Amino acid sequence: MLTTFRTWALDDTPTSRRQAAWGRRYRIWLALRRNPLAMIGLVIVVFFGGLAILAPLLAPWDPAAQDLAHRLARPSAAHWLGTDELGRDILSRILYGGRVTLGMVISIVIVVAPVGLVVGCVAGYFGGWIDTVLMRVTDVFLSFPRLILALALVAALHPGVESAIVAIALTAWPPYARIARAETLTVRSSDFIAACRLAGASPRRVVFRHIMPLCVPSVIVRVTLDMSSIIITAASLGFLGMGAQPPSPEWGAMLAIAKRFMLQEWWVALSPAMAILLVSLAFNFLGDGLRDVLDPKQN
Amino acid sequence: MSDRMIEVADLRISFSSAEVVKGVAFEVARGETFGIVGESGSGKSTVLRAMSGLNESWDGRILFNGEAVPKRRSREFFRKVQMVFQDPFGSLHPRQTIDRILSEILLVNRIGEIDRRINKALSDVALPQTARFRYPHQLSGGQRQRVAIARALIAEPKVLLLDEPTSALDVSVQAEVLNLLADLREEHGLTYVMVSHNLAVISHLCARVGVMQNGLMVEQTSVEDLRAGNVSHPHTQELRRLSVELEDVPAEPSSVSQAKPGA
Repeated sequence: MLTTFRTWALDDTPTSRRQAAWGRRYRIWLALRRNPLAMIGLVIVVFFGGLAILAPLLAPWDPAAQDLAHRLARPSAAHWLGTDELGRDILSRILYGGRVTLGMVISIVIVVAPVGLVVGCVAGYFGGWIDTVLMRVTDVFLSFPRLILALALVAALHPGVESAIVAIALTAWPPYARIARAETLTVRSSDFIAACRLAGASPRRVVFRHIMPLCVPSVIVRVTLDMSSIIITAASLGFLGMGAQPPSPEWGAMLAIAKRFMLQEWWVALSPAMAILLVSLAFNFLGDGLRDVLDPKQN
Repeated sequence: MSDRMIEVADLRISFSSAEVVKGVAFEVARGETFGIVGESGSGKSTVLRAMSGLNESWDGRILFNGEAVPKRRSREFFRKVQMVFQDPFGSLHPRQTIDRILSEILLVNRIGEIDRRINKALSDVALPQTARFRYPHQLSGGQRQRVAIARALIAEPKVLLLDEPTSALDVSVQAEVLNLLADLREEHGLTYVMVSHNLAVISHLCARVGVMQNGLMVEQTSVEDLRAGNVSHPHTQELRRLSVELEDVPAEPSSVSQAKPGA
């Protein structure tokens, strides 16, 4: 099955567009597989993603079940990562917390990447006053520190996961718009775009069908590299009490509570901190690897 | 040579404040090939881009088939007039298969029988069917330029504007592409306007030549007169002298001039 796919995808003379596209994708995957750091990153990301999805099956305890008799217990056979200040099992909370934290990050990216892409491509292709207006708006959002703006927005709405998503999304799109615009500027006056215009394609068609696909790789790379900072912003909001609200297990919020007994009961803080660190690092590795294989200048 | 296919009159084009084309006028008969030669920066490509509709800020009159064209062209216009670009590495979308590139104009203009037309276009330019689902980077320079010609021809235009179609190619491939263009002209009854800085290339394909210098068309002459040295303007004489000198260097015989006996 796999070998059939392999020979089909790597066929030198594809017989359909689909085959050609899969051939290209498969070659990118082969290139990515040669990069050990990227593969480590991918494995960690998939691992944590899997843990979060399978949390209800894997978690040994109910993440909200309190057991005040065993509060702040050391890691043991019953509680692999110990318990927190209310006697809740930390392992279960980390697993369920992955759903909250990674879920937030994914929803932010789903909202942010297309918005940035469209704004950047439209601004770059049309230029003139459209470019000026869009880019000045982008500048306004860029000029605020992300966390501060997110904090202000969450405070204006109400603390919670949804507001945190909206707040971070509102502050995270400008870099993508910038990248997409820069990429668009490099291709907009190229001959192949001129040829599309000579085919009679409308500006809309040129932007969405011909220019945007060229900007997608750099945006994907940037998103992957940005993941860690989005995770950290999400966790910071939780840490500051503006993100997920208790008893919802969110890594940043868990860390915030654990800071009170960081010195005596270190394991309470260690697990969420390690989770945040590992996932951020993994996304950075993956992003670096993707940048190497997706760089438009290389293929 | 019966009727006029293209008429350009008093064409003026400015970029910001500098006028780069200062009142160019010429006519091209149906089925004829008109060459425009000149040094870099003489404005020859600029004329072509204004004619193709890529540049919408010009003054003067451009007529195709007796009709004056507006600055912003209609979709129908692009079915009749197409362009082939200089650099085949830059004129094909790097992320699209040849099939996708060729079908664009058919999709935009809702022309049917895409499959048949693509196959015919590929065989017209002597590309194998196996090239159809490849990406441009998997093809050689000459093959890419053939794809670009196929793309220009697929909607069956009447006029082809050629912007130095061979200058980015190997000398050995240049002759192939020029011969292909000559064959296609006979087969489809096309009218060409070709821009080049290479007199050998121009004389291989064109019957008449316009010489441009500093945004002016300083002389129009037939290729026979040009070969015979029967030209009046000093710039034409200079271009001719330079090109003859280049061809006389024995170490670098131009295969283009070899391909044309008596050139």
